[in-house]
Amino acid sequence: MSSSKSSSGQHQLRVGDSPLVKGLLIGITLLLTAILLVVPLIAIFQQAFVEGAAHYFNSLVEADTLHAIGLTLVVAALTVPINLVFGVMLAWAVTRFEFPGRKILMTLMDIPFAVSPVVAGLLYLLLYGNNGWIGSWLYDQDIQLMFAWPGIVMVTVFVTCPFVARELIPLMQQQGREDEEAAVILGASGWQLFRRVTLPNIKWALIYGVILTNARAVGEFGAVSVVSGNIRGETNTLPLHVQLQYEDYQAAAAFASASLLAMIALLTLLLKAFIEWRQERSLKIEAEKERQVTQ
Amino acid sequence: MSILIENISKHFGQFQALSPLSLDINEGEMIGLLGPSGSGKTTLLRIIAGLEGTDTGRIKFGDRDVTNLHVRDRRVGFVFQNYALFRHMTVADNVAFGLEVLPRKERPSPTEIKTRVMHLLEMVQLEHLANRFPSQLSGGQKQRIALARALATQPEVLLLDEPFGALDAKVRKELRRWLRGLHDELGFTSVFVTHDQEEALELSDRVVVMSNGHIEQIDQPGALYASPNSRFVFDFLGNANVFDGKVENGKWHNQQANIVLPEGAEQKDGQLYIRSHEFFVSREPTAQANLPLRVIAINPIGAEVRLELTPIDWQSNDVWEIDLPHKAFDKNCFEKGQTLYVTPKAGYFFANDAQKPTLLSWEK
Amino acid sequence: MATHLSAADTRPRHKRVLPGLSLSLGTSLLFISLILLLPMTGLVMQSVDMGWDRYWQVISDERVVASYKVTLWAALIASVFNGFFGLLLAWVLVRYDFPGRRILDALVDLPFALPTAVAGITLATLYAQNGWYGEILESLGLKVAYTPWGIVLAMAFTSIPFVVRTVQPVLEELSPEEEEAGMTLGASDWSVFRRVIFPALWPALMTGIALSFTRSLGEFGAVIFIAGNMPYVSEITSLMIFVSLQEFDFPAASAIASVVLMASLVLLFAINIWQARYLRRLHGRS
Repeated sequence: MSSSKSSSGQHQLRVGDSPLVKGLLIGITLLLTAILLVVPLIAIFQQAFVEGAAHYFNSLVEADTLHAIGLTLVVAALTVPINLVFGVMLAWAVTRFEFPGRKILMTLMDIPFAVSPVVAGLLYLLLYGNNGWIGSWLYDQDIQLMFAWPGIVMVTVFVTCPFVARELIPLMQQQGREDEEAAVILGASGWQLFRRVTLPNIKWALIYGVILTNARAVGEFGAVSVVSGNIRGETNTLPLHVQLQYEDYQAAAAFASASLLAMIALLTLLLKAFIEWRQERSLKIEAEKERQVTQ
Repeated sequence: MSILIENISKHFGQFQALSPLSLDINEGEMIGLLGPSGSGKTTLLRIIAGLEGTDTGRIKFGDRDVTNLHVRDRRVGFVFQNYALFRHMTVADNVAFGLEVLPRKERPSPTEIKTRVMHLLEMVQLEHLANRFPSQLSGGQKQRIALARALATQPEVLLLDEPFGALDAKVRKELRRWLRGLHDELGFTSVFVTHDQEEALELSDRVVVMSNGHIEQIDQPGALYASPNSRFVFDFLGNANVFDGKVENGKWHNQQANIVLPEGAEQKDGQLYIRSHEFFVSREPTAQANLPLRVIAINPIGAEVRLELTPIDWQSNDVWEIDLPHKAFDKNCFEKGQTLYVTPKAGYFFANDAQKPTLLSWEK
Repeated sequence: MATHLSAADTRPRHKRVLPGLSLSLGTSLLFISLILLLPMTGLVMQSVDMGWDRYWQVISDERVVASYKVTLWAALIASVFNGFFGLLLAWVLVRYDFPGRRILDALVDLPFALPTAVAGITLATLYAQNGWYGEILESLGLKVAYTPWGIVLAMAFTSIPFVVRTVQPVLEELSPEEEEAGMTLGASDWSVFRRVIFPALWPALMTGIALSFTRSLGEFGAVIFIAGNMPYVSEITSLMIFVSLQEFDFPAASAIASVVLMASLVLLFAINIWQARYLRRLHGRS
């Protein structure tokens, strides 16, 4: 069994490894990626600075822009913890237990992925708007959720709720439940179990889930534009503000705001790459240790 | 087809997987490559197949130099350790693969392929599984299908990587016999890799014992067992007890224990290797040896009883194992914890400065 | 094996070992009910209220039907393109080592992380007549921005990661032995790819394309900036909902939304069932 180990990492002959094929495929990929992804990314920043750095910073400190930034941050700050708790709970339930309807639950969780954000916004508008069956009751109590920040938070929670769970479930499934069962046998309580056995194992996936949730929460457009009412300086999030400026023919200002969002996106990618690099490295170290033990 | 291996070597990064080695394999022979993990046996097999390149040397199949030939043009049959059946294909499609990818000129017609596949499946006695997927088969069945697939193109060389490693003991024995029968019937040349000495000795015409990337010994199973030519082979073939002795007054001493040198022995310090069944057992020391041991376990194994023993007042790196016929055991009625004395009948002596052993016998 | 299984089945059910079932399952169910299921009631009520005739009239309106067609075609083309491009990307990322591989790998997720509105205005600017790409395309006599091709482009951009990220792990886990087995049996590189590797990949590839298609159907932010939104030509269905809403025609918006919702739910369930089936075939029934 282990005798092939010394050579198993060294498979030299694999399909498509001839230099010509390899070079061609890498070349095409890099070219397409440059056209489709890299140039647009550069264009965002180029357009933002097209009227100079002074204009860039001026447009960012405009009152409406600042308000949009603030609102966006508040929305993200409320959405992320809610979905974090939900994601962990759901992942724990579906990976640690067998129960009827488990598969259906996992499919339901994917709904926000499949549903158009405009439809998502509409669902909330119909229910909580002044004509909806909950909304009209709330209206009588003088509570306004739609066309106000709570509505924005609600739809953002809807749209971003699968992300944490989706990162955790495959990982927790793969890790199995033996570790936790061992901890229970050793007498750990529920919370100790989670904090000291589960959490260290899922830490990085959890962090990535949070980052992704945050990126999507900050950037949500379709659903938010349905429920926000687009009141400038009040219910305008940063993506909506980008749209407003763009349609007002303030392209440079729109791209300036867009550049902030793009930077959040880049940070997200950077963190993800870092997390993956760490995981790969720790796997390598483990493999190396194992190799030394067997030799 | 005969296989000629000349001066083959291979390294992976810093790791020298194979030091230059040569090996002649005759047409129709079945060769077992035997060795522990990391001995290079799998690498050698993969080099013969063309799955790895070599750093130096050359390989010939018959008169054909195949050193730089791509694996797909070498036309060898290869059975992988974990079978490597194509998971998305049925058993029949797996077996047919080698025929279907032949160049158009050489490819048999679809009906011809079908007949050939059914014939192969009959040969491995699994024709009723033709439409199953690999995930629905047992380990032994997968192994047979992997063989049928490898033999579909009628290769003259069959290479097998740990062919029985993943099977349970009973299936393994059965398949071994079956493979040997197949080999004799079809007359191809086979090379297989194993770390199981019993398998190698039972199945091969000749066994190639390998360690650390070089060949320790090539011999027929009987000869290999009768005259292992290095400490490594002795250790690896197993069941030998080692007595490390210093010569003094015609005896090898190890603390309180000693053994009288037999006639013809060199007056040198060294290790005496004694197989587990080459002993007398008694309750008192004999004139020929004083080797006190304590019984720590008694295991009946087939026709014999194996005693595990630890030295009393002398040193040995391993637990000693001694096999007794049931009769001898019953007569003495040994118990755990008891002290007893053993006297060697025959053994192999490696002087400290020698690589090769001398055979010694105390019996006249 | 079979007897072993049946013995396990008759074993009495033990108390669960791990804690937290009621807490975690309870929270999840409550959350899913409140956040996902409850809001659907509003849509159902609204649609039921309007009566079948009016409902049918809205969803079969010519302009709306044109929007279905545009959306479906654009999503189809975009997802098929992503099938090719995604497979290529996944292959290159898994099989080859080259400088910049890690950066490329990270970049793949850009469309996920980048807000769709930002993607929308950027693509619109690049492909507009005076944009970097628009100028080149114009000189070739091609027009992308403010045409249905703009919709395809935006959809393709936002759904690039789906195919890559579903195919990549499968490609990584392919055992080299199956490839080697193919080669020892005499198959050429292309034969091995077509007969051994591709069949192993294609369930994942199909899943990725289906996900990419589903996502494209619902894409809004990136599309509306570049589509030009001309009635009957380049209006997507999500926009029709949005337009109805701006006219405060809630029933019409609900009717169209119910069609979209139904389509995406059917797709979602189909993908899930399909995935479960091919997983079962590959790994046996366990």
